[in-house]
Amino acid sequence: MLTILAIIFIATGVFFFTIASIGLLRFPDFYCRMHATGKGDTLGAFLSLTGLAIYNLNNGFSLTTILVSIKIMFIAIFTFIANPTATHAITKSGLECGVVPWTRKGAQK
Amino acid sequence: MEKFFLAISLILGFLTLLCLYRGVFGPTVLDRIISISVIGTKTTIILALVGLIYGRIDMFVDISIAYALLNFIATLASAKFFLTRKSIVPGAKFFKERRFK
Repeated sequence: MLTILAIIFIATGVFFFTIASIGLLRFPDFYCRMHATGKGDTLGAFLSLTGLAIYNLNNGFSLTTILVSIKIMFIAIFTFIANPTATHAITKSGLECGVVPWTRKGAQK
Repeated sequence: MEKFFLAISLILGFLTLLCLYRGVFGPTVLDRIISISVIGTKTTIILALVGLIYGRIDMFVDISIAYALLNFIATLASAKFFLTRKSIVPGAKFFKERRFK
Protein backbone atom coordinates (compact mmCIF):
# COMPACT_ATOMS: atom_id res chain seq x y z
CA MET A 1 0.00 0.00 0.00
CA LEU A 2 2.79 2.39 0.94
CA THR A 3 4.76 1.29 -2.13
CA ILE A 4 1.91 2.14 -4.53
CA LEU A 5 1.48 5.55 -2.86
CA ALA A 6 5.24 6.20 -3.15
CA ILE A 7 5.26 5.21 -6.83
CA ILE A 8 2.38 7.60 -7.55
CA PHE A 9 4.13 10.48 -5.76
CA ILE A 10 7.53 9.92 -7.46
CA ALA A 11 6.00 9.54 -10.93
CA THR A 12 4.04 12.78 -10.51
CA GLY A 13 7.19 14.56 -9.33
CA VAL A 14 9.20 13.37 -12.33
CA PHE A 15 6.36 14.54 -14.60
CA PHE A 16 6.64 18.04 -13.15
CA PHE A 17 10.45 17.91 -13.51
CA THR A 18 10.01 17.09 -17.21
CA ILE A 19 7.61 20.02 -17.66
CA ALA A 20 10.08 22.38 -15.96
CA SER A 21 12.98 21.22 -18.15
CA ILE A 22 10.97 21.63 -21.36
CA GLY A 23 9.98 25.11 -20.22
CA LEU A 24 13.62 25.95 -19.45
CA LEU A 25 14.64 24.86 -22.93
CA ARG A 26 11.89 26.34 -25.07
CA PHE A 27 10.71 29.63 -23.54
CA PRO A 28 12.02 32.75 -25.27
CA ASP A 29 13.11 34.93 -22.38
CA PHE A 30 14.79 34.92 -18.99
CA TYR A 31 11.58 35.83 -17.14
CA CYS A 32 9.55 33.17 -18.94
CA ARG A 33 12.16 30.51 -18.07
CA MET A 34 12.09 31.69 -14.46
CA HIS A 35 8.31 31.31 -14.52
CA ALA A 36 8.60 27.72 -15.73
CA THR A 37 11.34 26.50 -13.42
CA GLY A 38 10.30 28.36 -10.28
CA LYS A 39 7.00 26.51 -10.06
CA GLY A 40 7.53 23.19 -11.80
CA ASP A 41 10.83 22.45 -10.10
CA THR A 42 9.54 23.27 -6.63
CA LEU A 43 6.47 21.07 -6.91
CA GLY A 44 8.46 18.25 -8.52
CA ALA A 45 11.04 18.23 -5.73
CA PHE A 46 8.36 18.35 -3.02
CA LEU A 47 6.38 15.44 -4.51
CA SER A 48 9.46 13.28 -5.21
CA LEU A 49 10.92 13.73 -1.73
CA THR A 50 7.53 13.03 -0.14
CA GLY A 51 7.35 9.81 -2.12
CA LEU A 52 10.84 8.80 -0.99
CA ALA A 53 9.96 9.51 2.65
CA ILE A 54 6.83 7.36 2.34
CA TYR A 55 8.77 4.51 0.74
CA ASN A 56 11.42 4.64 3.46
CA LEU A 57 8.74 3.84 6.07
CA ASN A 58 8.16 0.54 4.27
CA ASN A 59 10.92 -1.26 6.20
CA GLY A 60 9.07 -1.04 9.49
CA PHE A 61 8.40 1.73 11.97
CA SER A 62 11.62 1.81 13.97
CA LEU A 63 13.42 4.87 15.32
CA THR A 64 15.95 4.93 12.46
CA THR A 65 13.45 4.91 9.61
CA ILE A 66 11.24 7.54 11.25
CA LEU A 67 14.28 9.79 11.81
CA VAL A 68 15.43 9.40 8.20
CA SER A 69 11.91 10.14 6.95
CA ILE A 70 11.81 13.28 9.08
CA LYS A 71 15.13 14.35 7.53
CA ILE A 72 13.81 13.77 4.00
CA MET A 73 10.67 15.77 4.81
CA PHE A 74 12.94 18.53 6.15
CA ILE A 75 14.65 18.67 2.73
CA ALA A 76 11.23 18.80 1.05
CA ILE A 77 9.92 21.65 3.21
CA PHE A 78 13.22 23.54 2.93
CA THR A 79 13.10 23.27 -0.88
CA PHE A 80 9.47 24.38 -0.81
CA ILE A 81 10.50 27.56 1.02
CA ALA A 82 13.97 28.24 -0.44
CA ASN A 83 13.34 27.69 -4.15
CA PRO A 84 10.71 30.47 -4.54
CA THR A 85 12.94 32.75 -2.46
CA ALA A 86 15.88 32.19 -4.83
CA THR A 87 13.57 32.70 -7.82
CA HIS A 88 12.34 36.00 -6.42
CA ALA A 89 15.87 37.22 -5.66
CA ILE A 90 17.33 36.38 -9.06
CA THR A 91 14.32 37.90 -10.87
CA LYS A 92 14.62 41.10 -8.85
CA SER A 93 18.34 41.35 -9.63
CA GLY A 94 17.58 40.84 -13.32
CA LEU A 95 14.98 43.61 -13.19
CA GLU A 96 17.42 45.92 -11.43
CA CYS A 97 20.08 45.17 -14.04
CA GLY A 98 17.76 46.34 -16.78
CA VAL A 99 16.92 43.14 -18.64
CA VAL A 100 14.08 44.00 -21.02
CA PRO A 101 11.12 41.57 -20.97
CA TRP A 102 10.29 39.75 -24.16
CA THR A 103 7.44 40.99 -26.33
CA ARG A 104 5.90 39.51 -29.42
CA LYS A 105 6.99 42.25 -31.81
CA GLY A 106 10.66 41.61 -31.23
CA ALA A 107 11.32 44.68 -29.12
CA GLN A 108 14.11 42.87 -27.29
CA LYS A 109 17.49 43.50 -28.80
CA MET B 1 11.67 -1.67 -6.65
CA GLU B 2 15.37 -0.95 -7.22
CA LYS B 3 14.78 -1.10 -10.96
CA PHE B 4 12.10 1.58 -10.65
CA PHE B 5 14.49 3.82 -8.70
CA LEU B 6 17.23 3.18 -11.25
CA ALA B 7 14.88 4.15 -14.10
CA ILE B 8 13.85 7.34 -12.28
CA SER B 9 17.53 8.20 -11.72
CA LEU B 10 18.31 7.70 -15.41
CA ILE B 11 15.36 9.91 -16.43
CA LEU B 12 16.54 12.64 -14.07
CA GLY B 13 20.08 12.36 -15.42
CA PHE B 14 18.80 12.79 -18.96
CA LEU B 15 16.82 15.88 -17.87
CA THR B 16 20.02 17.20 -16.26
CA LEU B 17 21.77 16.90 -19.61
CA LEU B 18 18.91 18.81 -21.24
CA CYS B 19 19.24 21.58 -18.64
CA LEU B 20 23.00 21.65 -19.18
CA TYR B 21 22.34 22.81 -22.74
CA ARG B 22 20.84 26.01 -21.33
CA GLY B 23 23.77 26.32 -18.98
CA VAL B 24 26.35 26.15 -21.77
CA PHE B 25 24.62 28.05 -24.59
CA GLY B 26 22.52 30.44 -22.49
CA PRO B 27 22.28 33.93 -23.96
CA THR B 28 22.75 35.79 -20.68
CA VAL B 29 24.42 35.07 -17.37
CA LEU B 30 21.10 34.77 -15.50
CA ASP B 31 20.00 31.88 -17.73
CA ARG B 32 23.11 29.98 -16.70
CA ILE B 33 22.46 30.67 -13.03
CA ILE B 34 18.88 29.34 -13.12
CA SER B 35 20.08 26.35 -15.10
CA ILE B 36 22.60 25.52 -12.37
CA SER B 37 19.86 25.97 -9.74
CA VAL B 38 17.59 23.49 -11.55
CA ILE B 39 20.46 20.99 -11.89
CA GLY B 40 21.16 21.29 -8.15
CA THR B 41 17.55 20.53 -7.29
CA LYS B 42 17.63 17.44 -9.49
CA THR B 43 20.91 16.35 -7.89
CA THR B 44 19.28 16.43 -4.46
CA ILE B 45 16.65 13.94 -5.64
CA ILE B 46 19.24 11.75 -7.40
CA LEU B 47 21.37 11.52 -4.23
CA ALA B 48 18.38 10.33 -2.20
CA LEU B 49 17.51 7.78 -4.91
CA VAL B 50 21.10 6.46 -4.97
CA GLY B 51 20.93 6.09 -1.20
CA LEU B 52 17.77 4.01 -1.50
CA ILE B 53 19.33 1.85 -4.24
CA TYR B 54 22.43 1.11 -2.15
CA GLY B 55 20.46 0.60 1.05
CA ARG B 56 22.37 3.34 2.90
CA ILE B 57 19.74 6.07 2.93
CA ASP B 58 20.72 7.13 6.47
CA MET B 59 24.11 8.21 5.16
CA PHE B 60 23.09 9.71 1.82
CA VAL B 61 20.33 11.90 3.24
CA ASP B 62 22.90 14.07 5.04
CA ILE B 63 24.79 14.66 1.78
CA SER B 64 21.47 15.55 0.20
CA ILE B 65 20.71 18.11 2.93
CA ALA B 66 24.14 19.69 2.44
CA TYR B 67 23.63 19.90 -1.32
CA ALA B 68 20.22 21.57 -0.94
CA LEU B 69 21.64 24.20 1.44
CA LEU B 70 24.65 24.90 -0.81
CA ASN B 71 22.42 25.27 -3.87
CA PHE B 72 20.22 27.84 -2.12
CA ILE B 73 23.20 29.83 -0.84
CA ALA B 74 24.92 29.85 -4.26
CA THR B 75 21.83 31.22 -5.99
CA LEU B 76 21.29 33.89 -3.34
CA ALA B 77 24.95 34.96 -3.46
CA SER B 78 24.92 35.39 -7.23
CA ALA B 79 21.64 37.32 -7.02
CA LYS B 80 23.15 39.66 -4.44
CA PHE B 81 26.25 40.10 -6.59
CA PHE B 82 24.29 41.14 -9.67
CA LEU B 83 22.04 43.35 -7.55
CA THR B 84 25.04 45.42 -6.46
CA ARG B 85 26.88 45.24 -9.77
CA LYS B 86 23.94 46.75 -11.73
CA SER B 87 24.88 45.10 -15.01
CA ILE B 88 24.94 41.62 -16.50
CA VAL B 89 27.18 42.48 -19.45
CA PRO B 90 30.50 40.63 -18.94
CA GLY B 91 32.82 43.47 -19.89
CA ALA B 92 31.11 46.22 -17.93
CA LYS B 93 32.83 48.23 -15.30
CA PHE B 94 32.54 46.76 -11.85
CA PHE B 95 30.36 48.42 -9.23
CA LYS B 96 29.50 51.55 -11.14
CA GLU B 97 27.15 53.00 -8.58
CA ARG B 98 26.45 51.64 -5.19
CA ARG B 99 23.18 52.31 -3.51
CA PHE B 100 23.17 53.29 0.14
CA LYS B 101 19.55 53.70 1.15
